[in-house]
Amino acid sequence: MHLADGEIPKAYREYTARKISWCIAGMLLLLLLLVVSISVGACRIPVDDVVRALVGFETLPQWQVIVWNIRLPQALTAVVAGAGLAVSGAAMQSILRNPLGSPFTLGISHAAAFGAAFSVIVLGTGTMHSTGADAVVLDNPYITTIVAFLFCMIATGIILLIANIRGASPEVMVLAGVAIGSLFTAGTMFLQYFADDVQLAAVVFWTFGDVGRADWSELGLLSVVTLAAILYFTCHRWNYNAIDAGDETAKGLGVRVERVRLFGMLVASLITAITIAFLGIIGFVGLVCPHMVRRVIGDDHRFLIPGSCIAGGVLLLASDTAARLMLAPHILPVAILTAFLGAPVFIWLLLRGYRR
Amino acid sequence: MMLDVNGVVFRYQSRDVIRDIGFRVSQHEVLAILGPNGVGKTTLLKCMNGILRPKAGTVLVDTEDIMRLGQPEIAKKIGYVPQRCETGRLTAFDAVLLGRKPHITWNASDHDIRLVEAALRRFDMEALSLRYIDELSGGELQKVSIARAVVQEPRVMLLDEPTSSLDLRNQMEILRLIREVVRGHPVSAVMTMHDLNLALRFADTCIFLKNGTIYAAKSRDDVTPADIEEVYGVPVSIETFHGHPVVVPSG
Repeated sequence: MHLADGEIPKAYREYTARKISWCIAGMLLLLLLLVVSISVGACRIPVDDVVRALVGFETLPQWQVIVWNIRLPQALTAVVAGAGLAVSGAAMQSILRNPLGSPFTLGISHAAAFGAAFSVIVLGTGTMHSTGADAVVLDNPYITTIVAFLFCMIATGIILLIANIRGASPEVMVLAGVAIGSLFTAGTMFLQYFADDVQLAAVVFWTFGDVGRADWSELGLLSVVTLAAILYFTCHRWNYNAIDAGDETAKGLGVRVERVRLFGMLVASLITAITIAFLGIIGFVGLVCPHMVRRVIGDDHRFLIPGSCIAGGVLLLASDTAARLMLAPHILPVAILTAFLGAPVFIWLLLRGYRR
Repeated sequence: MMLDVNGVVFRYQSRDVIRDIGFRVSQHEVLAILGPNGVGKTTLLKCMNGILRPKAGTVLVDTEDIMRLGQPEIAKKIGYVPQRCETGRLTAFDAVLLGRKPHITWNASDHDIRLVEAALRRFDMEALSLRYIDELSGGELQKVSIARAVVQEPRVMLLDEPTSSLDLRNQMEILRLIREVVRGHPVSAVMTMHDLNLALRFADTCIFLKNGTIYAAKSRDDVTPADIEEVYGVPVSIETFHGHPVVVPSG
């Protein structure tokens, strides 16, 4: 048998090209959605003016302000956060060998909620006030953000410690995540029980994930971390494919399985922690977007990783746009809308089976 | 000499699972590791490619000690086909392409794609190459696993019970393929087996493990009923039927 005389099969090339076309189509959809999202809202801006403002041409000064200071950062935050959460979900599902894997599997969202409650109730950053039409504003959002992030990192640290002692097996990590999540939930309830009604409202309000919270500098930080994480996951795409074929097969192919697990988990936790700390808890995207992509283009991480980023961006941006329109001029936090929009789509995909 | 295993000991919780294992395998040779359940056959295979690190001993591939190499370097020299392979929504083509992973730095090259195509064609799997592997039968999946190890272009292939859970036709086909690959390439194969008849038919050499160490290492024509009885505790006779040795338990 001579392996050198192989040919490049046309069918395989076409099959790969089809997956790439899906990603390009998703990209175009995302761009379109971005323009639409900036165009609509309490003050409607015509689409051509949005494009003019974005590429630097003259438009009405108030439109310039709305586009550049309010809507563009909010829309981009939705895209970046959606991409980051979805790509960590895709990686976690492979790392933990579990279709229910998500950025939140390891109890990070519970830890963040506890951190926010701790900050508001114990550190007293929670005297809040309402600003007319919009929403509730925390008195000192920065401390709340930092404390929430710290507790996310504590949760991650505990899991890493456990993984170090017991080995980074998927079962241990998932179960440890459940335990950590329950622990922090109990802690949050304990704090809430002793909180006054203003603090309680502030804590609950904080957990509603909202992409409108980030300004340009926070968006910048979020983008840098998310891009680095996407790059990291992209570098390891072959490793995740190998791990999907079984730990032993992967080891036989030269993958340091435990190490890939541990670092992948750390990177996924890090972007999730930063996203939650800035924006609050946005569920569903990380769990379901990778599955949506799997249903359409399969489990191959070479396509699943970019596909998940795009799907996450599309879902969160669409949800945010809908959230701003539904009860206009009131604005719903996007976290409420992601599941409302995503769940029906996902159930439809489940019913329809998967295509090749 | 291609593979030289010398004095390998593996200890688990201060108990020696295998000890003093030593044997040699030449190029184009198929070696079968035989022995009762739990004797350490799989452990031995895993020690040979560094998935488990032996407490003592050396494993030389072309005179290079693989214990001094990292896992990615070992993967260029030794291919491993475990007993079980997880499935998912990955096409058979991409699943075999995974075998090129040790050689790929960023993306699969045209050369990699050609190798995979040739391997699938050789294994008669062309028509299934764009099927998802969770739609394949047990025999087809096993062919994918072996094709993956073949495109890895290793010097040694380790196979852990390659025919367990396969039907008669697939058992014969898989073992024939393994032997053809080994005869036609600068590679050798070490496989653990339970089926003595298949071992005596397809392996060049048989190693019998007993109590964690080698009881006998013989070319297949020299295996005696006494060896088998000693290792498995079952009296047998070996008859020749249509030119093939057949082990018949007499107890």
